Amino acid sequence: MAIDIPRIPLGDWIEGGLDFLTSEYSIVTRGISRFTQTGINALNDALMWLPEWALMALVALLCWRLSGARLAIGSVLGLLLIWNLGLWDPMIESLTLVVIATIVAVVIALPLGILAAVSDRFYSLIMPVLDFMQTMPAFVYLIPAIPFFGIGSVSAIFATVIFSMPPAIRFTTLGIRQVPKDLVEAADAFGSTRSQKLIKVQLPLSLPTIMAGINQTIMLALSMVVIAAMIGADGLGNEVWKAIQRLRPGDGFEAGIAVVILAMILDRLTQALRKTKRAK
Amino acid sequence: MSDNTQQTKIQVRGLSKVFGNQPKKALELRDQGLKRPEILEKTGQTLGLSNISFDVKEGELLVIMGLSGSGKSTLIRCLNRLIEPTEGDIIIGGENIPKLSDKELLECRRRHFSMVFQHFALFPHRTVQLNAEYGLEIRGVDKAERAQKAAAALKQVGLDGWEDAYPSQLSGGMQQRVGLARALANDSTVLLMDEAFSALDPLIRKDMQQELLELQHRMKKTTIFITHDLDEALNIGDRIILLKDGEIVQIGTPEEILTQPADDYVARFIEGVDMSRVLTAAHAMRPVRATAKIDDGPRTVLHKLSENSLDSIYVTSRERKLVGLIEAEVANRAAREGKNTMEGLISDDFPRVGPDEPLHNLFAMFTEKSFPIAVVDEDQRLLGVVVKGAVLAELAEAGEH
Repeated sequence: MAIDIPRIPLGDWIEGGLDFLTSEYSIVTRGISRFTQTGINALNDALMWLPEWALMALVALLCWRLSGARLAIGSVLGLLLIWNLGLWDPMIESLTLVVIATIVAVVIALPLGILAAVSDRFYSLIMPVLDFMQTMPAFVYLIPAIPFFGIGSVSAIFATVIFSMPPAIRFTTLGIRQVPKDLVEAADAFGSTRSQKLIKVQLPLSLPTIMAGINQTIMLALSMVVIAAMIGADGLGNEVWKAIQRLRPGDGFEAGIAVVILAMILDRLTQALRKTKRAK
Repeated sequence: MSDNTQQTKIQVRGLSKVFGNQPKKALELRDQGLKRPEILEKTGQTLGLSNISFDVKEGELLVIMGLSGSGKSTLIRCLNRLIEPTEGDIIIGGENIPKLSDKELLECRRRHFSMVFQHFALFPHRTVQLNAEYGLEIRGVDKAERAQKAAAALKQVGLDGWEDAYPSQLSGGMQQRVGLARALANDSTVLLMDEAFSALDPLIRKDMQQELLELQHRMKKTTIFITHDLDEALNIGDRIILLKDGEIVQIGTPEEILTQPADDYVARFIEGVDMSRVLTAAHAMRPVRATAKIDDGPRTVLHKLSENSLDSIYVTSRERKLVGLIEAEVANRAAREGKNTMEGLISDDFPRVGPDEPLHNLFAMFTEKSFPIAVVDEDQRLLGVVVKGAVLAELAEAGEH
């Protein structure tokens, strides 16, 4: 005999909550929206203003200094291919979104990660939240972004930040907690304050781990920025999205390859950055 | 060694530490006379330290010694509250450390304590120089002054020229010198050394002990040194506190611990000690049965020799200063040749030592001729002699404890 348990209106509650937030805090969301849009435009304009060859030279120089000639040559070849395919502008748009989303994510993640490292209570509070954020299908974040920030790049940034932030928090916490106990004890024994201990000992020693977290964040941000094309974000994702709608697999693959190239350059660069830090 | 006129630097009274969440209960049981294992069984609380009281004197090198689990690491960390004591007082410079607020504690740590760690605990991202500067840096000492003080400390431990190296580029012994320099640069009043030399290999360890002794002698810095190694404790300690299961078993000078062990535990502990490194010439010294005067003639000397059935005799001046040695053979020849004085026949070729010379060093001095070793004071006055048999007898007797 089936017992008639009423369906729990979980979805209604969430919608109610979101409605409340969007109507009550529209000033806040609109403020954030305008601020973020300004940042996106400024960075995008700056990158677009640079001639292609200048940006390539810049990337090549960075790769060469941080890693070596191999990465520099590879990066330039990749960027040349993107240019040749006519995907330069969408690539720049994607790059802009990734950079802004990563900066916002890291700015939020670092203090949270530090807090979780020093406070066991906050740690046990935030870890399930991070699990939630990471396992929730990425598309779901796109839906509430629209009522908050409307269709477009700001919503994309919002969803991307939420999706890509967890590793930066996790790795920051991990890095600080992994600092050998006797070094922390030594810092204490000489009479360091909490912030001295953090700035002079714990953070410098956890920097390689934190950098690994930021690397992960960048990678996740890039994948989310592509998905965010579904809510009107510009960039390479938009090219893929258009290719799907028009059933043109060739175009889709071209844009996909451009994403891969961008991802590899960003990944190798941040890893090289991490290694130079560690080499000291 | 222990001098009653020395001022007390730190007073520790009734210090206890319980690891666990019901410290009161554990201490109650302790007061009823239960010991650590029973308390652990009944309450699940570990009695880390129980009712520890001792004084640290100004300028002394106090060794706290015990096996692992004896509570020695806990004790040294209670002093600067890296571990919170459960009860008791630790008084330094008029302040009671367990009662200090967080801010006062910070100040107290900066002023009074520098610590040297077993595994060095150097900051790997800082150069040797910046490691040595750490304590001064967090106190806000200005850049020039701290650079100069750190450089001076590094020089003191023999590391000048290594300022720009990173700790990972240094050997273990050198790393611990950096640890020591970091502590010295801070110019705190007390040096805490937690098994500071235990991670070093034996030869380097001996060197470091010797250097610490010299440093300590020069600077008269109050030092509390933790070790599990009795030889090390005996070698460097002005006084030794022996810990067992979180309680003090004995406090005393190395000699007191060796010659009057407080109980069976201490006695068993010191069984393995190489007594020849601890006992000195003064222990094995016998009074001189007879000496020759500097103007004695050959016949007088021969008479003294045969009277005391000796093979050789030490010659002293009127002020009882040791002049030399005459062998029976030489005196005999001089008598046959009809000489009236022993002038020119007094030998200089014999061993002489101060009263503090470890017995260990005497073995090698007994030559095949086997003269007794002369023990002289700073003014070269003859205090006594050590014969080979006496050294062995003294060692045998000490071993019987």
